[in-house]
Amino acid sequence: MSSTNWNLEPSLESTAVVQIKAQYELFINGQWQAPLSKTYFDSVNPADESHLAKIAWAQAQDIDLAVQAARSAYENVWSKLSGAERGKYLFRIARLMQEKSRELAVLETLDGGKPIKESRDVDVPLACNHFFYYAGWADKLQEAFAGREVAALGLAAQITPWNFPLLMLAWKIAPALACGNTVVLKPAETTSLTALKFAEICQEAGLPAGVVNIVTGYGDSGAALVAHPDVNKIAFTGSTAVGKQIQKACIGTDKKLTLELGGKSANIILEDAPIDQAVEGVINAIFFNQGHVCCAGSRLYVQESIATRVIEKLKFRLQSIYVGNPLDKNTDIGAINSKKQLETIERYISLGVEEGAEMYQPSCHLPAKGYYCPPTLFTDVAQSARIAQEEIFGPVLTIQTFRTIDEVLQKANNSPYGLAAGVWTDKGARIFGLSSQLQAGVVWANTYNKFDPASPFGGYKESGFGREGGLHGLSAYLKFIN
Amino acid sequence: MQPNTSLTDFSVLLNSVAPVDQIGSLERIAKIQTRSLKGPAKLQGLRMALSMIDLTTLEGKDTPGKVRQMCYKAQHLHDQADGLPTVAAVCVFPTMVGVAKAALAHTAIKVAAVSTAFPAGQAPFEVKKLDTLHAVEHGADEIDMVISRGRFLAGDYNFVFDEIAAIKELCGSARLKVIFETGELDSLDQVKRVSTLAIAAGADFIKTSTGKIQPAATFPVVLTMLTAIKDHYDKTGQMIGMKPAGGISSAKIALQHLLLVKEVLGEAWLNNEWYRFGASSLANDLLMQYQKQLTGKYQSASYFSID
Amino acid sequence: MEILKTYKLYIGGQFPRTESGRSYLVESPDGKAIANACLASKKDVRNAVQVARKAQSSWAAKTAFNKGQILYRIAEVFEGRKAQLIEEMCSLGASIQEASQEVQIAIDRCVYYAGWADKYQALSSSVNPVASSHFNFSVPEPMGVVGIVACQETALSGLVSQMLPIIAGGNSVVLLANSKKPLCAITLGEVLATSDVPGGVVNILTGNVAEMLPTLAGHMDVNALCLAKLPTELMVSAQESAIDNLKRCIIQTQDFSEASAQGMQYITDFQEIKTTWHPIEQLAGGMGGY
Repeated sequence: MSSTNWNLEPSLESTAVVQIKAQYELFINGQWQAPLSKTYFDSVNPADESHLAKIAWAQAQDIDLAVQAARSAYENVWSKLSGAERGKYLFRIARLMQEKSRELAVLETLDGGKPIKESRDVDVPLACNHFFYYAGWADKLQEAFAGREVAALGLAAQITPWNFPLLMLAWKIAPALACGNTVVLKPAETTSLTALKFAEICQEAGLPAGVVNIVTGYGDSGAALVAHPDVNKIAFTGSTAVGKQIQKACIGTDKKLTLELGGKSANIILEDAPIDQAVEGVINAIFFNQGHVCCAGSRLYVQESIATRVIEKLKFRLQSIYVGNPLDKNTDIGAINSKKQLETIERYISLGVEEGAEMYQPSCHLPAKGYYCPPTLFTDVAQSARIAQEEIFGPVLTIQTFRTIDEVLQKANNSPYGLAAGVWTDKGARIFGLSSQLQAGVVWANTYNKFDPASPFGGYKESGFGREGGLHGLSAYLKFIN
Repeated sequence: MQPNTSLTDFSVLLNSVAPVDQIGSLERIAKIQTRSLKGPAKLQGLRMALSMIDLTTLEGKDTPGKVRQMCYKAQHLHDQADGLPTVAAVCVFPTMVGVAKAALAHTAIKVAAVSTAFPAGQAPFEVKKLDTLHAVEHGADEIDMVISRGRFLAGDYNFVFDEIAAIKELCGSARLKVIFETGELDSLDQVKRVSTLAIAAGADFIKTSTGKIQPAATFPVVLTMLTAIKDHYDKTGQMIGMKPAGGISSAKIALQHLLLVKEVLGEAWLNNEWYRFGASSLANDLLMQYQKQLTGKYQSASYFSID
Repeated sequence: MEILKTYKLYIGGQFPRTESGRSYLVESPDGKAIANACLASKKDVRNAVQVARKAQSSWAAKTAFNKGQILYRIAEVFEGRKAQLIEEMCSLGASIQEASQEVQIAIDRCVYYAGWADKYQALSSSVNPVASSHFNFSVPEPMGVVGIVACQETALSGLVSQMLPIIAGGNSVVLLANSKKPLCAITLGEVLATSDVPGGVVNILTGNVAEMLPTLAGHMDVNALCLAKLPTELMVSAQESAIDNLKRCIIQTQDFSEASAQGMQYITDFQEIKTTWHPIEQLAGGMGGY
C-alpha cells in the first residue's frame, strides 16, 4: 500500500493585531523620552531579516534619568502605598496583559523568532499569571516571613535575556513591585518590543510615573545600570560570563544580587521509564524555544539497554517537527534569535563533528531568508567532548549512554552548572533517590520544561543564585529588618 | 493463520511492555490538538476520514430494512457533492451479515461483523466460535471480536491470548479486529499491555471499544494503542491496523486523530486498509465540514441524510 | 613546671601541625606570650577543603534527627570544657565575667541549633500549587563546602554562631579562626572531635587570615563563603576571588556576642532551594493537584 502524502498547509497567524512603531524611545518617568545621545539601533525580525523598528540606545546619562525617576517614584509614591494598593495595580496590569494577549504573542514572535504557538500558549499566559500570582502577595509579605520584619529594598535594576523576553520581564517586575520596589528594566537588545509594549500597558493601567522604567540598549546600557550607585537590587538573567561581571561590579556595594545564568542540564532516561513519554520529554527539553532555554535538557543520558530504541524513536519523532516561519501555527522550531547566535550554534555543530560524534539532522526545508537551524542530535558523545560540556543554547542535543545509576548520577553532576535536571523512571523510590542527589535547582521527574508562577526557579553552582517564582522568589526583593 | 508470537515469547514480551505516563500522554495529545489544518489539506483530511468509516449499526432493534438503508448511505454519502469516497465498511451483528453482503454486492465496501458475544463477551467459547463462524460463513470480510475483559483484569493473559488466537484461526481470510473495551480497563499501562497481547495473538486491527461503554475512544487510549502498533512494526516490520470506535462524532476530533496517526505511525497508515473509525454519526459532521470548506458557509443538519 | 600546650590545626578529625612547619606567637593584649599556634599555609587550606568535600555528602545524608543529636552532643562536651575555654579567653584579655558569658552563649547556641536541625526544612520548604497536573515542591538542600572567616573580634561566640547553623544545614566547613585569638577555636576542635561530629565536617585553621583567605575564596570546590567583618581590602579581594565559581558570599555583621544573634535565617542563608516536579495521574476524571 503506498503511503498518502498529507501535508499541512501554512497556517499563518495574522499580524494585523500589532502595530509596530517606526521608532521607540525610552520609557522614563511614565513618558517616552528620546535618548540624550539621539542614538538608536535597529531591531530585526530573525525569521526573515526584515527591519522592524528603530530603538533608543540608552547611555549612562539616560540610565541616570531613569534611576532618578524610579528613586523619586519610590520615595514619593510607591513606598507610601499599602501592599493592598500595590497589589491592585498588579492585578490590573495582569488583566490588561490578558486582554492584549494575542498582540503580545504576535509581537514576541515577530521580534524574537519563537513559534507563535509557544508565545501564545506558554510565554504570554505564564507572564500574565506571574503578575496575578505576585499581585496577591503584595499585602501578605509579613505573613510570608513569620517572625521577621521585612521591607522593600528600594530601586531594582533588572536585566532580561532575549529567549523569553516578556516572561522574564514578568518574573522580574511582578515580584519587585509586589514587594514595594520601583524598577528600571533593560531588555535584551534583540527583543525590546514586548517590554516597550508593557510600558504602554503600565501607562494604560495608570501605574504611577517612574514606578516602572524601560531603558533599551546593548550591554553597555546594562553595565551603566548595574554600576549606578543609587540602585539597591540587581536581578539578571543571562549568560554566566556576564553574570560574573555583574557580581564583580556589585562588590563593595550594598546591592542585593540575584543571578539566573547558564546551564547544561542532564536529562536521564532509565530502562524502566515510560519510554514514549520520555522521548516526548526529550523533544520538549531540547527543542522548546529552539533550545534557547537556560534549563534546556541538552545532555541526554540513556541507559544502555534501551539506548538503541530511544535513539530510533527520537529520530522518527524528529520527522514530524516543523521548522520554519515562527508565525505559522504549526511551526515547532522557529527562527534562531539572531545571526550571532546562529553562528555560535553552527560553530558547535561543526565542533561536534570534529570531535567525532555522530550527527543526525532530519531533512527539512528551511526558509531561504532568516536564521534557522534544524533539530540536531549527536550520538556517540563522550563526557569530555566540549559539545557535552558547554552551553550551546540551540536545538542541539548530545546523547550519552550509561550502565548504572551511580554512573549517571556522577556524570549528571559533573558540570560547573546546576540549573535543572530530568529523570525518567517508573519507580518512585528511584525518582526521589536521584532527585535528591542531583545538583540542580529544578528537577523534572517524568516531565521537563514545566514552569509556573508558584514554582521557584533558579540554579546551583555556576547557574546562578537566588530563586524566581513562588514564595521563595519574594526574598530576592525584600530586606529583613530583624 | 498463526498468531504473531509464540506463547513463550509472549510472556517475555508482556514483561517488556514499557509503562505509560498518563500526563505525558495528555501533553503529547495537546500538542497535536494545536495543529492547524487549513485549505486543501483539510479537504483531503475530511475525504480521508470519510473513506475510513466503518458505518455502524449495533442495536437490538436492527432489522434488514435498517441495514439495507445504511448500506445505501455507505455507498452514497452525499450525492449532491462530487468526488466523495464511500465509507470503508459497514459494521453489523452476525445475523445481519447476509443482508449487508447482498446490499453491498459489486461494491468495494467491506462488511464487518461484531462477534464473540458482543458487546460483553460473557459467553462460553463454543458460543463465541459459532458466533464467529456464522459471520464468516455468511461472507463477513472482517470480524470485530471482543476480548474477555474479566479474564484480562484477573490477570489471565494466556486465556485472552488463546481466545484471540483461536478466533483468528476461524477467520480464514477475514481480517480480525480485536476490541478491548478500554473503558472497562484500568489504566493506560493496561491498554498498552492488552494491545501488545492482542497483536502477539494475531490481531490484524486493534480497536478501542464497542461503543456501548463510556469512556470509549479517548485520545490517550488511542495514542497508547498507536505506540503499541509502532513498537510492533519497528520490531517486526509488520503493520497492524487501528480502529478507534465510540465517541468520535465530530470532524474536528476525527482530523485530530488522523494527525495523531500521521505523527505517531506515519503516513503509511493513512488509508482505510490500516485505519478505521467506528462511528455512526461522524459521517454527517465530516460531510457538513466538507461542504463548509467548499462553500464557505456553515451547514445545517437538515441537508444531510441520516440513514 | 607547667606543660605548655601546642595548638595544632583541626583537619579531617585529626590535629595535624601545619604542613608548612610554621607557627606564630599568640600574645595577650599586654604582650605576654601565651602559646604557639600553627601558621597554616595555602596547602593546609587545600587539604582542609579536600577533606571537607569528602565529608560533606555523608554528613548531609545523616538524618536530620541525627544531626540534631550530634549538635546537642557538642553542647554536652562543651559544658565539660567550660573552665578551659574561660581560661583561654582570660589569658587573651577577657574578664572572667565576659568569658563566662561568651562560653554560655556558645553552649546555648549549640542547644539552639541542635533543635533547628530537623525543623528548618519544614519552615523553609513549600508545596507549590502549579496550574497543571503535577506535584511540585521546594525543599532546602545544603550548599556543600562553606568557607568561614571567623569573626575577628570574638574568640568563641562568633565562630560558634557562624559554624553551627551552617553544619546544622548539612554543609561541611573550613573555618579560618580569629588570628589574634585562635585558642578557643582549636579547643572547639577538640570538643568536636569528641562529640560524634564526623571528621572533616568542620575543619579549623589558625594563622594569618590575609594569607589563607585568597586560597579559600579562590578554591573552585568551595561553594560558599561566610564572611564576618573584615578589612575592606581583604573583603573585596575575597569576593573577587569568589566569582570564578560563583560562590555565594554571605557577609555577617551581627554582634555575635548578643544572645539574640541567632535564627533560622543563618541556616537557610547556606541552603539552596530545589524544586521538584512530578506528574499526578488524573483519576475519576479530575485533575490531580495540590
